[in-house]
Amino acid sequence: MTYAPYAQKRRFAVFKFFQRMQPGFIVGLTILSLSLILALFPSYIAPYDPNAFDFNAVQSPPSDLHWFGTDSLGRDTLSRVIWAYSVNMQMAFLATIFSLLIGVTIGALVGYYRGFSDVVFGRCVDAIITFPFLVLVIAVVAVLGPGLINMYIAITVVGWVYYARLMRAEIMAQMANDYASAGKVMGYSDSRIIFRHLLPNAITPVIVYWMTDMALAILLGSSLGYLGLGAQPPEAEWGVLIAEGRNFITTAWWLSLMPGIAIVITGFGFSLVGDGVADLLRPRG
Amino acid sequence: MIPTFFLVMIIIFLLVRLLPGDPAIAMAEAKATEAQIEILRERMGLNEPLWTQFFIFVRNVLTGDLGQSILLKAPVATVIIERLPVTAFLTIYAVLFSIIIAGPLAAIAALNKNKRADILIRGVFQIGLSTPVFYIGLLLLTFLAAFLRWFPVGGYGQTFWEHMYHLLLPALTVALYTSAIIMRNLRSSIIEVIDAEYVQFARAKGLSEGLILWRHVLRNALVSTVTLLGLSIGNLMSGTLVTETVFAVPGVGRLMLEAIFARDYPLIQGLTLTFAVLVSIVFLLTDMIQSWLDPRLRPS
Repeated sequence: MTYAPYAQKRRFAVFKFFQRMQPGFIVGLTILSLSLILALFPSYIAPYDPNAFDFNAVQSPPSDLHWFGTDSLGRDTLSRVIWAYSVNMQMAFLATIFSLLIGVTIGALVGYYRGFSDVVFGRCVDAIITFPFLVLVIAVVAVLGPGLINMYIAITVVGWVYYARLMRAEIMAQMANDYASAGKVMGYSDSRIIFRHLLPNAITPVIVYWMTDMALAILLGSSLGYLGLGAQPPEAEWGVLIAEGRNFITTAWWLSLMPGIAIVITGFGFSLVGDGVADLLRPRG
Repeated sequence: MIPTFFLVMIIIFLLVRLLPGDPAIAMAEAKATEAQIEILRERMGLNEPLWTQFFIFVRNVLTGDLGQSILLKAPVATVIIERLPVTAFLTIYAVLFSIIIAGPLAAIAALNKNKRADILIRGVFQIGLSTPVFYIGLLLLTFLAAFLRWFPVGGYGQTFWEHMYHLLLPALTVALYTSAIIMRNLRSSIIEVIDAEYVQFARAKGLSEGLILWRHVLRNALVSTVTLLGLSIGNLMSGTLVTETVFAVPGVGRLMLEAIFARDYPLIQGLTLTFAVLVSIVFLLTDMIQSWLDPRLRPS
């Protein structure tokens, strides 16, 4: 029996990791990397200034000069779609990360201590999921006033519940294991047991959910932008761009069509990556 | 359910109290004097302490009094009851559509697992899931209604068949999302049972494949589909809200948006409550249908 050198073994492990990735996952990662590049460096990539008026090229259809055409003020649609990447990619992250942090913390604490806090928590969850998600979000936006930051707050106010529910169930499942009781017997503090021992073991489903939630956040954010409750014009955001093009849809169809394609491609990328991550993290037996 | 509902009322009450602006000023005529506004404020109970206001609110809701809409100058309850059938029609229409779309495609995908047809169907639905409802709606509206003129651009119509005609595109729009979720679920439940012993037994008895699929496989998948549909009623309503706005359908979803832009707070309050009640009713119905479909779930 021969022993493979350590380095070789490692390389083999990395190779296997990539081998296990589904083709869909690789496509998704490619889409997301390109989107991220567009989001980070729009000024180097966009051919025109997204807010520059050009009254010599008003509502011109797609051409060599303007690949995606121009709007009623002569602004280049391609440049506006590219600039919107930074807003919409930021949306995927900012609309979900606070829900995740709050939800995970509350879910972990409730799952660990249970008792009265669990009763209160259960009622809150029941009450919040009784509202259709969008209805509660737009009601909160109505209270705070339209705008991107208020939209993030509104989504967080409603969205943390889903993370907390998931986290609570996972923590409770982990607590049944011996290592949790062992930690208690060792006299570790509650916070050490929760955050150093239980959490790392319970976080996987939350991460998987987070991935799909980011795809949903882009759809939700652009929907609110379209309805006039999210990003406000003249900011370039896909939903806002589609709403701006809506009145010209029979004459200048490219105004609404192009930003929508960007949403679909990015959303598709996120959901492929979500499925891929779920696949990779799922324990294999 | 009752304590949950109490909490729902508290959430709605607080949400609306937090709305910026004085509702009495919003209600009053433009040229009302300060004294008139004060009288109105008194009459609306806005000078009472918060908890008294809450009990007035609960009492009014329980007696079916949801206040007066500022925007439409009519009782909120009347307005909602007038618009609710439109949304209900659209929702049921969309659910039927999603079942018609998802059922056969799920069966085809499951029977050709990991073959070309399956990958194609799943891919198309995956893209459907990444497409915002308002975008699908706008595309259908533009191409089928505005360019080809096959369908009306909006509205609701008068008779039942006119409703069916006017709401076809909106229902399809809502259904594309729902059908994607149902398709996924149905496909995996069919795959799960397709090699089960009772299915093999049915095959051994010499039943035709179609009969096996229809009577034994799909029937088994029905429970989880109903559950999924029931639980996604919130999503369905969110989709309806957006779709109604895109297609100018006069339902409660579009009304909600109008109310928000007009800061018509009694109407926002009434509508939010209506949505919550509808979702609870559907959750309850789901529970009942579940135990009716699957005897194992019945309390013994």
